[in-house]
Amino acid sequence: MLQRLITSREVLLLGAIAVLLALIASRFPAFVAPSNLVAVFNDTSPLILLAIGQMVVILTKCIDLSVAANLALTGMVVAMINVAFPGMPVGVVVAAAIALGTVMGMANGLLVWKLGIPPIVVTLGTMIIFRGIIFLISDGKWVNSHEMSPAFKAFPRAEFLGLPMLSWTAILAVIVLTIVMSRTTLGRAAYAVGGNPHAATYTGINVGRTQFWAFTISGALAGLTGYLWVSRYAVAYVDIASGFELDVVAACVIGGISIAGGIGSVGGAVLGALFLGVIKNALPVVNVSPFWQLAISGAAIIIAVAVNARASRTKGRIILKSAEHAV
Amino acid sequence: MTDTTRFIPDRLQSPLQKRLKSWETLLLLVAVAIFMANSFASPYFLNAWSLSDATFNFTEKAMIAFAMALLIISGEIDLSVAAIIALASTAMGAAVEAGAGTPVLILVGLGTGLLCGAFNGFLVTRMGLPSIVVTIGTMSLFRGISYIVLGDQVYKGYPSDFAFFGQGYVFWVISFELVLFAILAGIYGILLHKTNFGRAVYAIGNNPTGALFSGIRVARVKFILFLLTGLMSGIAAICLTSRLGSTRPSIAFGWELEVVTMVVLGGINILGGSGTIPGVVIAAFVMGLVTFGLGLLNVPGIVMSIVIGALLIGVIALPRLWSMWRAR
Repeated sequence: MLQRLITSREVLLLGAIAVLLALIASRFPAFVAPSNLVAVFNDTSPLILLAIGQMVVILTKCIDLSVAANLALTGMVVAMINVAFPGMPVGVVVAAAIALGTVMGMANGLLVWKLGIPPIVVTLGTMIIFRGIIFLISDGKWVNSHEMSPAFKAFPRAEFLGLPMLSWTAILAVIVLTIVMSRTTLGRAAYAVGGNPHAATYTGINVGRTQFWAFTISGALAGLTGYLWVSRYAVAYVDIASGFELDVVAACVIGGISIAGGIGSVGGAVLGALFLGVIKNALPVVNVSPFWQLAISGAAIIIAVAVNARASRTKGRIILKSAEHAV
Repeated sequence: MTDTTRFIPDRLQSPLQKRLKSWETLLLLVAVAIFMANSFASPYFLNAWSLSDATFNFTEKAMIAFAMALLIISGEIDLSVAAIIALASTAMGAAVEAGAGTPVLILVGLGTGLLCGAFNGFLVTRMGLPSIVVTIGTMSLFRGISYIVLGDQVYKGYPSDFAFFGQGYVFWVISFELVLFAILAGIYGILLHKTNFGRAVYAIGNNPTGALFSGIRVARVKFILFLLTGLMSGIAAICLTSRLGSTRPSIAFGWELEVVTMVVLGGINILGGSGTIPGVVIAAFVMGLVTFGLGLLNVPGIVMSIVIGALLIGVIALPRLWSMWRAR
């Protein structure tokens, strides 16, 4: 039991983050001050929200490259709603954001489920379509801070027990999704579908429908994050969160979620996101140019996937050694 | 995932029937339709020089798409191609700063492409890692190195004879890039459709284990395909850098998606195992014509991308919808 705990990916990753924090703290103690750690967590919250949704999709052998575009489109729509109806309560705006994101996730899911189009093609297509729609509805214009109502901008910043609502939203989503993944038939079906789709079919699980719900969850979280993103940065335009989908996939890969499906946990995705978040926030502190960030996260992805592959390699007798690489 | 059961029909179609029903024919009709729509929509379209300009929209991407097609047929993918362009272009810019002439620049561009391809190939074939994750990683890594080297700076001052590759014309309106595109299309067409290597690529894509047991060196073939994709990205980097005359780390941003779109539009099965080079060539023209035609009508680039995205999903969805409708 203890041995399994020590060698589990989540614990290893937690250790890696601790070592990283210790290294930074040895030179810059202010970085590990509680207030700064809260700020780092808060800054990483959007990534966490998207990464846990992406995790469900990857578990079912799919990939969702449209999350960042979904986020940007939802963000633009709610920003424009806010400009048109400044008096609308924040609760309604949040509900609209989640609903819109859900619809976009369902569109991805339906194309994968009903038409059997490979997920990478579907989400590559919807990614560029969503971005294009933002341009069409906004005419390429920005929605700026002064056009948004104060209540719209205040929600993610409002503090409760010392944590901003942005962080609380991420924590709540993590708890809900952990329960869904471990305590509901949908969650268990996602693991079964990713682990062995044929076996899942024979046990009576509808593979396509499970994938559909995975995309729906991912879309709903992306929609929610869309509102939070736009209200936090108080600006909406076509290119917000451009390329963020790769950070999201990176967080999942670093968090030990197998791209082949069936392996991974919500905790892993959260830790993967936090790992990237700590690096991103530490770079300016340790006086490294922010231009290093892209290369570092790239290297982190490659190292993480190499480590994961080594850990999951079966220990059985290998009859034809190179066949293993080929498959 | 899709049902992979294959039916063997009890009566074979005649070759002509097969050709008429093929993906390439359908795509060619689309291309002709777009061409005609364009010439009706804009009076500036049917002009040798504007048509020549239109080819610049796709030649560089199509060069990469040829190698990418082979890679996808073999069941792998390379999402780092645009990042390789950025890194190769940065390396060439650094060489210019160091006082290199055009021949050295070419070597630097090709060499960087090959090195990047070899790195991807090593990680996928030797370490046994999934190519989609590896190349998402190297995509950040390669472009990240460009950002480290350049930051918000820009490399300029390429020698004047270097401009030929992206701006030169071989004959009248026929640009150097168009000639290179045609030559590469021929080379890749022969490589895929007329050589043992090409047959091996299809075999690997259909059944890697089966291919291995038939004596095909699967890992080596895949490694060569990653090398070729890197090399093509290097060539594209030379053309693009020469055409723009400058290097920024954001060069060719997002091209990997356009290249994959071109390949999928060309009828290459994203799951591997089937597709042809002529299909990719026609897809290149379709994408180039759509982009250029809409550009002449003053449609902004981002709206064109909606059309490209819809094409990508539509070309796969429509035949499936059609067969579902017929099966009822």
